[in-house]
Amino acid sequence: MLLSVIGHYSLILGLCFSLIIIFLSIKNFKNSEYLNTKILFSSFFQLILVSLSFLCLVFSFVFSDFSNETVFNNSHSTKPLFYKISGTWGNHEGSLLLWLLVLTLFISLFLIKTKKQPVKYKILTLLFQQIIIIGFFVFLIQTSNPFNYLYPTPDEGLGLNPILQDPALAIHPPILYLGYVGSSIIFSSALAATCLNMISKKWATHIKKWVLISWVFLTLGIMLGSIWAYYELGWGGFWFWDPVENVSLMPWLALTTLLHCILVLEKKQVLTSWVIILSISTFTLSMCGTFLVRSGILNSVHTFANDPGRGLFILVFLFSLILISLFVFFFFHKSTQNELNNFSWLSKETSIIINNWFMMYFLSVVLIGTVYPIFLDVLSSQKVSVGPPFYHKLIVPFLIPFLLAMAIGPKLKWVKSNLEDKLSMILLLIISVLISFFILKIFEANFLINTILISSATYLFFITFRDFFIKKFNNISQNIAHFGFSLLILSILFNSLFSSEITTNLKVGETFDDSKTKIFFKSIKQKEEKNFKSIIANFNIENSMGITENLSPELRIYNQPNIVTSEADIKTTMISDKFIVINVVQNQDYFNVRYQVKPFMLWIWLSVLLISFGGLVSLFKKNYE
Amino acid sequence: MNNKALKITTIAIFIIIFIVFYKALQDTNIYTPKKKSNNEIPSFSTNLFYSNKKINSSELFKLDKFYLLNIWSSWCVPCRTEHPLLMDLTKNKKIEIIGLNYKDKKNSAENFLNELGNPYQEIIFDKEGINAIEWGAFGVPESFLINDGKVIKKYIGPLNKELVEEIRLLIK
Repeated sequence: MLLSVIGHYSLILGLCFSLIIIFLSIKNFKNSEYLNTKILFSSFFQLILVSLSFLCLVFSFVFSDFSNETVFNNSHSTKPLFYKISGTWGNHEGSLLLWLLVLTLFISLFLIKTKKQPVKYKILTLLFQQIIIIGFFVFLIQTSNPFNYLYPTPDEGLGLNPILQDPALAIHPPILYLGYVGSSIIFSSALAATCLNMISKKWATHIKKWVLISWVFLTLGIMLGSIWAYYELGWGGFWFWDPVENVSLMPWLALTTLLHCILVLEKKQVLTSWVIILSISTFTLSMCGTFLVRSGILNSVHTFANDPGRGLFILVFLFSLILISLFVFFFFHKSTQNELNNFSWLSKETSIIINNWFMMYFLSVVLIGTVYPIFLDVLSSQKVSVGPPFYHKLIVPFLIPFLLAMAIGPKLKWVKSNLEDKLSMILLLIISVLISFFILKIFEANFLINTILISSATYLFFITFRDFFIKKFNNISQNIAHFGFSLLILSILFNSLFSSEITTNLKVGETFDDSKTKIFFKSIKQKEEKNFKSIIANFNIENSMGITENLSPELRIYNQPNIVTSEADIKTTMISDKFIVINVVQNQDYFNVRYQVKPFMLWIWLSVLLISFGGLVSLFKKNYE
Repeated sequence: MNNKALKITTIAIFIIIFIVFYKALQDTNIYTPKKKSNNEIPSFSTNLFYSNKKINSSELFKLDKFYLLNIWSSWCVPCRTEHPLLMDLTKNKKIEIIGLNYKDKKNSAENFLNELGNPYQEIIFDKEGINAIEWGAFGVPESFLINDGKVIKKYIGPLNKELVEEIRLLIK
């Protein structure tokens, strides 16, 4: 109760501080010798207020204060402490408060860390950022207040959806938000820099840090979400082209492209329009994602609340931001004429532009697949659903030239170059083609498209692997990231080509036997936990090599809300994952058993980690090239 | 000059997108049924789930009976909650339930039915999701109440107790 009051009023006070900051900034902007310390203090104070409000919500969850509507809807007194805390952002209101917290955190960090840039630029960035912050304050207080008061106080809460009670998911939202919201700084400062006409090499070096930070977090956030889907949803896949996944992938694609453009801009005064547009679109795509997910226009696991009022607010807000940024772009940006004319076709710049166009293509495919059903519905009242085949057909073939460009591009020099060591590169290409041909031949999956795909991925793999040894580590971060990407594509390909699945009904003591695998249902036992009952089955699985594995999948019956979930048991090794889930067959002693062998599953996560590690290295490396 | 045209086009495009999104928000009717009265059912030929036999829509839907076409899939979570209601509805002899198995693996679909029971008289196996599109469906689960070769009512999203009660009244 007390916590709710404190939380609520610190939000309102925080909003007031936004207005103060804007007032001070405008005053300071006219007379911009130095940055007014009052602005700095106000920003910190705002950060403290929002943190206080957030902590209040966290403690309301910890103490199970059910007079708070958000807590009542999403928590339960028997929940373990860890999930009580993570429940704070496992719902619409709390997650928006987290957005706001990260927004204010980033702008404060930006103000402290940015020293060498002009004062006017700092103030303008702060102003743009405050527009976003005010938008979120109003949104939070008006339509989704996390501190709504319930009277009479209920005795017990409704509980957090059990599928959200998972460690990976508990940290997935904060990490992803750091990425999403981090892009807001890029957005604000790109607009500020455009206004002041200072999109230059110097600015690129300064903003690169921020791009890298959000990029690393976004990459990790998406990976965590995907890990969660794999372990918890029990479908045995890691990417479903669900609208919500797409919505997080789109800013990632834009941000990755931006990162490459920034690298060019750091060397040469080109691609300025690209940089501005990408900075704007990264953030607007993140916002667009929030809109699509939260308004209930799209249906998915993440749709917390179907409230058209909320949707309308974000929609208007989103488009105001787009209009502001378009205005800034058209009004202030003067693109240097003949930017592209002094490019040699065989140079790093060209290859990065090629990379950009590929990325933009992937981005449009994902965007169209996600948004097209909405358009079609509105324009012609027809309903369609766009599934994985659409994305696979449109994306997979284009990965081939993309991978090859990724292998060759970094070999080129800035401005103009001749390819050195042509011979060894061609040799590696031939080796890759041969290797992939033989792999596929052995496993009898020999289609031309597979061969070409795997060849190009192996090619990238070899090239980047070799570079670890010969390039004297002068571009190690890029090499790690590209190496990680080749590993990722290879693991995904092998995973999808060589996965196998057995589905059968068994009861205790029975054995399923085909020529390759023996599944023996050994025993079953029951266990009481704090907030669920579980049925644990035990299986012995013997493969054709005679190796026996012991796996114990679980069925959990949660008490609040009353939901049955199946917990897969997964044995992870470097080579493959063995994945088993059980389900109850109604009114019978039989259990439905699904057993899958998924090769190289672990490598998918590892390679994504490697990719983001590449970003981290670049962040901490002082001298780039 | 060229630049100006570009600006206007960009802004126009964004305004159009805004309008479409706004319209989409207006009818967030994703889970409310949309009445489509007296629509002829599409004519199609398809494969049956168990026998894998080819069959025409006219053989499947006789003119003098009530049918409920239910689009479902083993991977669809709401289908699970709706399933017991369908099982319950099978007790009513006036109506036959036809299943349309949407973008599913045969194995998993069979397991789903083994686990929860099979309320369907016949099941159309729609692996590619083509039949569902012919019906104008846009997701799972979805149900169509059919009489005399016409769709009387379309239910989008999972059926609940009230809707099943409504179906019972409609077929009386």
